[in-house]
Amino acid sequence: MANVLAFAEQKEGQIRGVAREAVGAAAVLAGELGGEAHALVVGAPGVSTGAAALGAAGATSVAVAEHAELGDFHPEAYATVVAAHVRDGGYGAVVFPATIMGKDLAPRVAALLDVPLAGDVTELKVDGGAVSVVRPVYAGKAFAEIRLAATPALLSIRPNVFAAGSGGGDAAVTVFTPEVDPSSWRQRVIERKSEGSGALDVTEATQIVSGGRGMKDPEHWGLLEELRDALGAGTALGASRAVVDAGWRPHGEQVGQTGKTVSPSLYVAVGISGAIQHLAGMRTSGTIVAVNKDPDAPIFKVADYGIVGDLFEVVPRLTEEVRALKAKG
Amino acid sequence: MNVIVCVKRVPDTETRIRIGEDGRSMEVTGVKFIMSPYDEYAVEAALRCKEAAGDGDVRLVTLGQTDSQETLRQGLAMGADSAVLLVGDVTADGLATAKALVAELEGTDAPLILFGVKAADDDQQQVGPMVATLMGRACVTGVVSFEVSGDVVRCHKEVEGGSEVIEATLPAVLTITKGAYDPRYASLKGIMAAKRKPLDEKAAAAMEGRLEVVSLSPPPDRAAGKIVGTGPDAVPELVRLLREEANAI
Ligand SMILES: Cc1cc2nc3c(=O)[nH]c(=O)nc-3n(C[C@H](O)[C@H](O)[C@H](O)COP(=O)(O)OP(=O)(O)OC[C@H]3O[C@@H](n4cnc5c(N)ncnc54)[C@H](O)[C@@H]3O)c2cc1C
Ligand SMILES: Nc1ncnc2c1ncn2[C@@H]1O[C@H](COP(=O)(O)O)[C@@H](O)[C@H]1O
Repeated sequence: MANVLAFAEQKEGQIRGVAREAVGAAAVLAGELGGEAHALVVGAPGVSTGAAALGAAGATSVAVAEHAELGDFHPEAYATVVAAHVRDGGYGAVVFPATIMGKDLAPRVAALLDVPLAGDVTELKVDGGAVSVVRPVYAGKAFAEIRLAATPALLSIRPNVFAAGSGGGDAAVTVFTPEVDPSSWRQRVIERKSEGSGALDVTEATQIVSGGRGMKDPEHWGLLEELRDALGAGTALGASRAVVDAGWRPHGEQVGQTGKTVSPSLYVAVGISGAIQHLAGMRTSGTIVAVNKDPDAPIFKVADYGIVGDLFEVVPRLTEEVRALKAKG
Repeated sequence: MNVIVCVKRVPDTETRIRIGEDGRSMEVTGVKFIMSPYDEYAVEAALRCKEAAGDGDVRLVTLGQTDSQETLRQGLAMGADSAVLLVGDVTADGLATAKALVAELEGTDAPLILFGVKAADDDQQQVGPMVATLMGRACVTGVVSFEVSGDVVRCHKEVEGGSEVIEATLPAVLTITKGAYDPRYASLKGIMAAKRKPLDEKAAAAMEGRLEVVSLSPPPDRAAGKIVGTGPDAVPELVRLLREEANAI
């Protein structure tokens, strides 16, 4: 019998959607392990406001570590707070979201607790009291089932894969003030820039419109931006390595073996040939659509739906039809 | 300035993964191995760091079997000065790898230790921050470029919807991602020189891996898709299928 902790990531004081997914995954594990799902939120004073709502995602109780210095992610300080909380709680497993923050934080917590970590997990189960996970390896070209022998079992879950749980009403919330000593910090964010509104990371998008060399020129990206906007909130722009290497798009958008691995519910590949390194990064997407003028392009082998044609004719029409559909509701 | 780079030998990214007979590992016959691409960026970053400072050594460290010599020679040919191969098992447990590396790195006076952001085989994205935590060093992950001035390293990082500049106090650990450091090709002269550069081999500190790979399987096959049609006239049918059949929009 063991409880399971979910690290509930917040950004600018708002608990994120991936936090509910982590709580959902924790609730599944807790059910198997015969315990309860708890959540931990770390942030600035006031962040506790939305904490009770994690009850609806499956948490029975939520601990909130509030401190004026913890509004933004500070890796060392967060790791110390999380590790101490895990130790004190005697948890059987801990679930992190495999976001940019989670991927930085979880290994540090693992090192502090001296237990191994399985990252970017896409499935989980409990077998004879031990947690097993499935995680993509070789950039998605194979899946490894891994048994976590140590306690607590530490894992991070790939965004968009696990559903938020369904709990009763509000969770019980306990707020505490951790000890934080910024004078000991060895690193600090000194500047933050945001790339305008709507720049959602590909790993967290539920829909991705991705462009390749077939786009011909970075100036044509307006076409993809319009399709993204038509598809609505939760849609991000992605790119093949060819266009990132050409300097047309930032590396943060690159999907594939040396970019990000994504599993949105919809992936639209425009003017992308479908090289093995690209497929590695997106083949677990829900529905894949390809637009390519070459009927033999390998992308059509993984696409659920393909249109053979000139993207400069097909994409504007697609945007128009999607808009019309959305307008109808 | 002295810089250490941890590098890993991985299958070429072109490799189609076949499952070995044990059902738990990759079939390696006929597979070409390379230095993990992100580690190449890290080696390039280290070399530029040394060049900018005008002095110092770039030292490579790897944990692996004797065939990892090849990976180290590749880095030496790019311009690294020395290398050490810790001969030992590489398991799925990144913490065990981190500890084996720390046993070698502990006590080093190199102000910078660089890692790739992730290894192209296990993709764990964890060994760098684990080593930093175990050594009590600052650690910035996912660095696209950095500059050293005095005892501070200023790092540029991409985050969801934007970017950050992070300053860390040396000694520090950085994990490098694609960005400013397109790896140089080894010149013929570099390849010749690499043969004479010091490459030490020693037994790795024995670390028990606590993540057990039970099975390895190919990704689920995607059902054969359909070509909806040709040109813009196929779009209405595509949109209908996306809504009614796939429930995707
Ligand atoms: C170590 C390594 C790592 C790599 N990692 C990655 C990675 O992470 N991600 C990645 O994407 N790649 C990666 N690659 C590169 C990969 O091998 C391919 O080179 C790359 O994906 C090709 O990009 P592309 O599909 O945009 O370009 P191309 O292969 O040039 O394809 C362009 C496509 O556009 C189509 N097209 C052209 N004009 C039109 C038009 N008007 N209308 C419709 N279609 C049109 C063409 O038919 C073609 O299929 C990696 C390679 C290596 C060696
Ligand atoms: N066996 C190894 N030997 C040396 N460095 C390694 C090894 N495994 C991982 N690393 C380093 O840690 C980084 C991240 O690996 P991973 O956490 O496995 O994705 C790699 O890019 C390397 O820099």
